[in-house]
Amino acid sequence: MSTDAMPRLALAAVLLGALAFALVPLILPTYQVSILTEVLIYAVLAMSVDVLAGYTGRTPLCLGAVFGVSTYVTVYYSSTFGGSPYVGMALGVLAATVIAALFALLAIRTSGVYFLLLTLALGMIVWGICLRWTSITGGENGIRGNVRPAELAAHLPFYYVVFVAVAVVTFVMWRFVHSPFGLTLRGIRDSESRMRALGYNVSLHMFIAFTVAGLFSGIAGALYAMFNDFVSPSTVALTQSVEGLLMAITGGIGTLFGSFIGALAIIGLENAVSLYTERWQTVLGVAFIVIMIFAPEGILGGIKTLLARKRG
Amino acid sequence: MSGLNAFQLLNGLTFAALLFIVASGFTLIFGLLRIVNLAHGALYLLGGYAAYATASASGSFLAGMLAAMLAVAVMGLVLDQGLLRFVRGHELRQVLLTLGVGLVLNDMMLVVFGGDTYTVPAPEFLRGALRFAGMFYPKYRLFVLVLGIVIFILLWLLLNRTRLGALIRAGVDDPETIEAMGINIRRIFLLTFMLGAALAGLGGAVGGAFLTLYPSADAEILVFSLAVVIIGGRGSLVGAAVGALMVGMLNTVGQVMFPEFAYFVIFGPMAAILAFRPLGLFGRTA
Repeated sequence: MSTDAMPRLALAAVLLGALAFALVPLILPTYQVSILTEVLIYAVLAMSVDVLAGYTGRTPLCLGAVFGVSTYVTVYYSSTFGGSPYVGMALGVLAATVIAALFALLAIRTSGVYFLLLTLALGMIVWGICLRWTSITGGENGIRGNVRPAELAAHLPFYYVVFVAVAVVTFVMWRFVHSPFGLTLRGIRDSESRMRALGYNVSLHMFIAFTVAGLFSGIAGALYAMFNDFVSPSTVALTQSVEGLLMAITGGIGTLFGSFIGALAIIGLENAVSLYTERWQTVLGVAFIVIMIFAPEGILGGIKTLLARKRG
Repeated sequence: MSGLNAFQLLNGLTFAALLFIVASGFTLIFGLLRIVNLAHGALYLLGGYAAYATASASGSFLAGMLAAMLAVAVMGLVLDQGLLRFVRGHELRQVLLTLGVGLVLNDMMLVVFGGDTYTVPAPEFLRGALRFAGMFYPKYRLFVLVLGIVIFILLWLLLNRTRLGALIRAGVDDPETIEAMGINIRRIFLLTFMLGAALAGLGGAVGGAFLTLYPSADAEILVFSLAVVIIGGRGSLVGAAVGALMVGMLNTVGQVMFPEFAYFVIFGPMAAILAFRPLGLFGRTA
């Protein structure tokens, strides 16, 4: 069975989804457009979680911190040096990639729950440093930036810039997970020892996968810097990694495009809930518990299983 | 040692004793039941608040400690029987479920206790300082040190010298045979889970008197516990003790010498240990 050739149905669904993301903002009020911008940015974070969790079989809890490092660097560069925001974003992505590579050196030695715990601890170091290194990061107060250029100040043009960027990133990530390299990753996910016996350099593959996931989280973080123009320790906190993971799981681990559904569901829920209560964290926790007990496959994963059952 | 004096060394030791109390509960549950309980930090904080409420109302620190252990053990019972039973055997789903529980508990405690800082009132005879070896040192912190050592001995005796301990160890190796011998292994695991939770609660009561209680204290203690267990190795009591000593001392060294990078000073050596022993110093393959 080839998983590489995208079935016609899936292709149609992806194109329809892309079309919806392209057209719906035209009829939405500006506030909803900015929510949709956030959805696109977080979908990239969720997809990078999926690269590791779904395609490599290693669930990370540090990519939110990597995302936040990129945001910090971008905002810091623009506010302190006042340079071009694009240079700042490039530096942010670079910093995120370097951090991810460092984390990868340690994390690839572990698997299963140990991987999760180690990445959680690594992510917390980033949070601890951002919180305490007040001379640079401003501590709890965070830093206000000057990232968003004047020509993108309006919601709609900014949305479409993010849309194009995310579309390109999504295409690259899709190519990445369906490349021979991506297939090797899936082989490692299914049986590490077999891939090793076949002569694959498992550590190197995992290192590259982790670093690439970090790179993509960094891109999401840089876009977020431009979106939010402000960064504080909550951007690198554990909840950020947790939300990214929950989005990937809600959409369906190992489906890549499910991340858009997951991001839409979680951010939609967050905004809907915020009308009634300030207890978002409780809702997030309950969502986690409910999904883990009743729907660990996520939305797209569930649909896939249903379709497979129907056919076979 | 330059830059460090005996006072700070003792601070490191007493912090290590607290970490051991909390992390021993974590490693017990992780090692024996294969459950990574990411709500452990929230259980610590819950124990702290329970001790604060009880000790303030009754004026007895001992009552506070007992209330904390009881309340958190009951919470452990609810967590295990109410939620974890639905995801048994799925390692990752268990972890993420407890993560969700931790988020909910933390938020609920924020609702009840707000963002203020609380200190569990220490009993009268443990207040003030003790004079020895030419310096003054807080009595309470010495009490924590002694308590940590007592807990270590009790847990070691429980696991190695009692029937329950033997059943727990046997149940880990081969639960089916134990069941076939007519022993209710689930009840033993539940007891272990509640014991591990109670240790988190005790840690909260003890820690709440000198580290204070505040909304993000659960995440901080969880990260320290993770470091202890990653260094010491899953399920090893001795590992937890050695890990707690390392983390406690490194944290003190870090805070004295590089206050902004204290976390880094802990996690650097942890990373180095992992590079050579991925299962921790005393970890064994499952």
